Amino acid sequence: MAWQKLSRQRMAQLVVDDIPEGAYVNLGIGMPVMVGECLPKDREIILHSENGILGMGPADTSRPFDTDLVNASRKPVGLVPGASISDHVVSFAMMRGGKLDLTVLGAFQVSGKGDLANWDTGAATNIPSVGGAMDLVVGAKQVYVMMEHNTREGEAKVVDRCSYPLTGAGVVDRIYTDLAIIDVIDGSLTVRGMVEGLTREELQSLTGAPLKFAAQVAVLKN
Amino acid sequence: MLDKTVATLEEAVSGIADGSTILCGGFAGSGIPTELMCALLNQGAKDLTLVSNNAGNGRLGMGELIAAGRVRKMIASYSRSVDPKNPNAAEFAEAYVAGRIELECVPQGTLAERLRAAGAGMGPFFTPTAYGTQLAEGKETRVIDGVGYVLEQPLKAEYAFIKAHQADRWGNLNYRFAGRNFSPVMCMAATTTIAQVDEIVPLGGIAPEYVMTPGIFVQRVVVVKGAQ
Repeated sequence: MAWQKLSRQRMAQLVVDDIPEGAYVNLGIGMPVMVGECLPKDREIILHSENGILGMGPADTSRPFDTDLVNASRKPVGLVPGASISDHVVSFAMMRGGKLDLTVLGAFQVSGKGDLANWDTGAATNIPSVGGAMDLVVGAKQVYVMMEHNTREGEAKVVDRCSYPLTGAGVVDRIYTDLAIIDVIDGSLTVRGMVEGLTREELQSLTGAPLKFAAQVAVLKN
Repeated sequence: MLDKTVATLEEAVSGIADGSTILCGGFAGSGIPTELMCALLNQGAKDLTLVSNNAGNGRLGMGELIAAGRVRKMIASYSRSVDPKNPNAAEFAEAYVAGRIELECVPQGTLAERLRAAGAGMGPFFTPTAYGTQLAEGKETRVIDGVGYVLEQPLKAEYAFIKAHQADRWGNLNYRFAGRNFSPVMCMAATTTIAQVDEIVPLGGIAPEYVMTPGIFVQRVVVVKGAQ
C-alpha cells in the first residue's frame, strides 16, 4: 500500500491532541507556530513567549500594530483575559526553573538519545544566534520536537549522533515527524505511531538511529 | 531636591567615554531606546561594547552605530536577522562577516541572569543552560547531584540605555506591555542608567505598587515624544 506524508496541519493537530487542558506551553519559531494556530478556542492552553508574555493569543487585527506586543518572531500578538507580563528574569525563571509543562520546538536533527540540534548548522558563514532555546530545553518539563522526517535531500533528521551543534544533550521527550511519532525513553527511540501503509522496515530505513516499536503503534492518517 | 530628569538627549548621553560597555534594552522591536542610541552617534563615543538581546532593529540607532564602526563588540543572544528578506540587523551582519566586530553569543536566559547577578551583587553562578554544548566550551563545568552546570560570570556595565513608558523625577519607571523585557534587570546591572520615556509624571503619579523599576536603579531620565 502506498503511503503519504502527513501534512503540517495534521502534524500540528496531533501535537494539539496530546496537550493536556491547563498546560503552560512555549511554542518555538517555525513549524511549531502552527500548533498555536490549531488550538481550539474552547480549550485553556496557556501560551508563553520568552519576552515575558504568559497568556499570548492572536493579535487584534482591528487595531494598529503595537510594537510593544510582539513575539520572538517580531510578529504582533494579543493578550488573552488572565494574561500576565513579566520581565526577562522572571520569564526565564518560568523556562529554566521547570515551570512550563511543555515546549514544542523545530529541529535540524534529533539523536537516538534525545540530543537536540536546532540553533545552528555549524556553517562558517552563520552568525551564532541561540536565543532562548538552550534555556527552554533544560527547563521545560516536556520537550517535543516537530520536524520533517527527512531533509529535502532525503537525509535522516533522526540520527545516531547529531552532526550539527547541540542545543541540549538528552533533552527531547517526543518527536513528531511527517511519518511517525517517536518517544525517547531512557536514551532510545520507541515508535508510538506511524503513517498508514508505511512498513516498519521502511520507517527504519528512513531513520538514522535504531527504532523500537510500542506494543500498540497508532495508525496516523491525514 | 532629587531630580534625575535632563532636558535633552544630548545631556542624557553626555560623558560616555570611549571603551564603555552599554546595556541596551529591547527585544524583537519592543522597548528599544532608539533615540538614545541616535544621540550617542552624535556624541561620538567609540570602541564600545553593546549588550542587547538582538543586534539591531533596523538601521536607525544600533545599526548606525555599528555601520559607523563605533562598536567593538556585541554581546547578544540572537544577532541574526529574524527575517532575512526584511533584515533587522543587516549592519551587524555586514560588520561581522567583514571581521570588524566581535560577537559573544550568550543564551538568552543566561544573559538575563548574568545581568541579574551583577545588579544584585552576586558572584559567578552555575546554570544548567548550555551544558554539553559548544557555548560551554572554555568554561568551568561541574556535575552536582547528577545535573551538569556551566559557571557563568556577572555582566555589569558603565551604562544602560532604557526605553520606559512613564517616569517621575526620582527615576521610578513603568513599561508598556512587553516593552519591559530586559530593561528592569539592565537598570540594576549598570552604574549609570539612562532612561528615555514617553512622559514624566509628578511624584506619586505612578502608584508605588505599580513601579516596575524603583528609581534607585535610574540616574538620568529624558522625555522622547513619539519615539520610534
